[in-house]
Amino acid sequence: MLRYITKRVFAMFLTLLIIATITFFLMKLLPGSPFNNQEKLTESQRYALNEKYGLNDPVPVQYINYLGKLAQGDLGYTFQFDGRTVNSMIANGMGPSATVGFEALVFGTLVGLILGIAAALKHNSFIDYGAMVMAVFGIAIPSFVFAGLLQYYVGVKLGWLPVAFWNGPEYHIMPAFSLSVGVIATVARFMRTEMLEILGTDYILMARSKGISKQAVIIKHCVRNSMIPIITILGPMAIGLITGSLVIENIFAIPGIGEQFVKSINLNDYPVIMGTTLFYSFLIIVIILVVDILYGIIDPRIRVAGGKS
Amino acid sequence: MKKSKWSLLLTLVLVLSMFLAACSGGDKKDNKAGEGDNDSKDPATEKPAEPQVLNILDGEEIPSMDSSQATDAVSFEVMNNVMEGLYRLDKDNKPTPGVAEKHDLSEDGTVYTFHLNPNAKWSDGSKVTANDFVYAWRKALHPDTLSEYAYIMGPVKNANAIQTDGDPLFGKVEELGVKAVDESTLEVTLEAPAPYFLGLTGFATFYPQKEEFVKKQADKYALEANTLLYNGPFVLNEWKHNEGWQYKKNDNYWDKDNVKLDEINVKIVKDVATSVNLYETGQTDITGLSMEYVDQYKDHEDLYTRGEASVFFLRLNQKTEALKNANIRKAIDMAYDKQSMVDVLLNNGSTPAYYLVPGDFTPGPDGEDFRKTNGNFGGYDLEKAKELWAAGLKELGKESLELELLNYDSDGAKKMGEFFKNQLEKNLPGIKVSIKAQPFKQKLELESKGEYDFSYAGWGPDYQDPMTFLDMFVTDGAHNQMGYSNPDYDKLINDAKKETDQQKRWEMMLEAEKVLFEDQAISPLYQRGVTGLQKPYVKDLAHHLFGADVSYKWAYIEGKQ
Repeated sequence: MLRYITKRVFAMFLTLLIIATITFFLMKLLPGSPFNNQEKLTESQRYALNEKYGLNDPVPVQYINYLGKLAQGDLGYTFQFDGRTVNSMIANGMGPSATVGFEALVFGTLVGLILGIAAALKHNSFIDYGAMVMAVFGIAIPSFVFAGLLQYYVGVKLGWLPVAFWNGPEYHIMPAFSLSVGVIATVARFMRTEMLEILGTDYILMARSKGISKQAVIIKHCVRNSMIPIITILGPMAIGLITGSLVIENIFAIPGIGEQFVKSINLNDYPVIMGTTLFYSFLIIVIILVVDILYGIIDPRIRVAGGKS
Repeated sequence: MKKSKWSLLLTLVLVLSMFLAACSGGDKKDNKAGEGDNDSKDPATEKPAEPQVLNILDGEEIPSMDSSQATDAVSFEVMNNVMEGLYRLDKDNKPTPGVAEKHDLSEDGTVYTFHLNPNAKWSDGSKVTANDFVYAWRKALHPDTLSEYAYIMGPVKNANAIQTDGDPLFGKVEELGVKAVDESTLEVTLEAPAPYFLGLTGFATFYPQKEEFVKKQADKYALEANTLLYNGPFVLNEWKHNEGWQYKKNDNYWDKDNVKLDEINVKIVKDVATSVNLYETGQTDITGLSMEYVDQYKDHEDLYTRGEASVFFLRLNQKTEALKNANIRKAIDMAYDKQSMVDVLLNNGSTPAYYLVPGDFTPGPDGEDFRKTNGNFGGYDLEKAKELWAAGLKELGKESLELELLNYDSDGAKKMGEFFKNQLEKNLPGIKVSIKAQPFKQKLELESKGEYDFSYAGWGPDYQDPMTFLDMFVTDGAHNQMGYSNPDYDKLINDAKKETDQQKRWEMMLEAEKVLFEDQAISPLYQRGVTGLQKPYVKDLAHHLFGADVSYKWAYIEGKQ
């Protein structure tokens, strides 16, 4: 297992290096400069500013310089906020983004699982149809529409929850809930389909015929075996959620990192483009590793280390 | 089997503990906010006077608090309220004394001697000295710390040479025309007389910085509320990045008796719908409105509209064969209805523009607004447009023209583009307009390469003088970007820049604008306005037309309770 993980970590750094290289050269193809008041700069002023930030150097030289700093964990300075490092931007923004995302993930997964299981067990009943109608709505309605409605009715009209801002637990409820709708829908649908399939397999029949109670069979065999596809989709979904949602963060005025994934590209903020891309890639790679390890725990048939352990 | 059961349990415990950790983090923050609320409510019950607290929103985090580096509207606005230059703009946009008590001007209009107010202090109690200005101005031009806004210092002697690579003066900041005669006397030498210079000293890039403090803070300078010195009406009491900031009245400010607000709370909200909801629930005293909300609130008593000094126009690329033809340019300008474009598409207090220099922006030496004196040029006239169009096509020897509009990719700009295309294709026989919408930076890049026929462009003033708009279009000017060239125009602009007689200078600028429109060098679209909601108890906010948008120095709360 340890050897397997070491190998994967090594591959991870190689992948990151490839991503860094491709992103860096692609990014340099973006027309325009990273300066906020580009339309007011003359050629010579732009030249002098490029000189100050080392942007007049040939791109390969800039690339080597960047990698040198990256190796020390230094992502450089952003062009958007004077004197602030990309490291500190990500560190500050990740807290709120990850908190809301994680809450949405936990809540969404739990509710989704319950709905999915209930729908499968009461197949073709009122519960089944109800759960699936909800799931279709959850996928069809974008989270920002849902967030806007929630904010207006629950926040303004009823006044039950704060309209926006980031001050305490009650401020998390609406954004986390808005984000979780999609999760609930996706998880519920996957869970229902998988459960139905497994309920019809021979080993479930076998377990029941051995005299094990229905509850035990469902929990021990059915649910557990249905978790495999859920875990597969949860990984990337978790990354999407904890790195923040541009729209939800804007609507609820959450000081997260979500918007930077898009904004930095529009503004040609090179260090932030690199920083967010690498950070996102890093998380994805780590989560894929974690998912691979989790597979083994949940389903002994999928053991990653070649069956010897 | 047993082993995996334990691991499953372990996973669950881990998940649960992360969830709890996330919750407890939130709790701490909540307590802090609760205390803050109590603080602001207590004085209200004891004191009979109304609490002087203003609650507002801003659309962005403050990008910079280093006055020599800032480039954007949010930074300028915050700095205008916590810092002060030699002069600052008052409620009527006239320069009023700031750190400088008074000034003398040499006869040729190029040497200003500023006498600093002995009571002007930094928030640490030390005096603001002439050296603080010299240090900050040199810093903005030094190649190592070059400001993206360094061009604004252009009027000061040698400022342009110092920032031009290859010039013998490049980087020699000690050659800049600014000198500390003694601790409280600052002498500034200009390249040429610039009547607007006094107002310009209220612009962030011209603010002072205390060298000793800046050097002590090193790379932490101005990154947090407590790594910065203030010399304005307010100080930043708290600055929570990406969430908001709080101003408190500055007790060391020389004119603190005229500052009425004790506290201003600013929260960052990027979504207009959210701002409106916060306004409805009383959590903010002011909100901006976007087009789609204007109709909903059009009869609301709190609604305000205000004209700004930014003008939007179509660059007509005169490097292309078609638009080199003056008749074609004139026909295009007359062939679309600017009034209905503004009413239908913008609906936010913007007004149609038939000019380059905005209205209500600068009064001349005679006190009359530049716009009033020069009036409007051109206008919607279908018959004449068709006539000129036919004449133009004949001169070109063509029957039809295909032209490309380079556009921004925002929703608003896209609608404008469609409107323009529709009107031209309806009104001018044989024209075909294609639209190329590009992200902001890419659009600018294509524009500067001249790869377009028309381009939707805008310009905001850098200083309060028609010249900030007019010198854009001199031959090969850095911001011309459309190949417009007329020696008469160039001569008027260059002469006006050197002219010491204010009346003559003004007349040259008036004449220059006329020349520009005789040539129909551009097709102006609209002068931007803004609209929003403001509670009636917020009084005396001062709005400005360039640099910082607003001053809170004179604002107060009356009638909230």
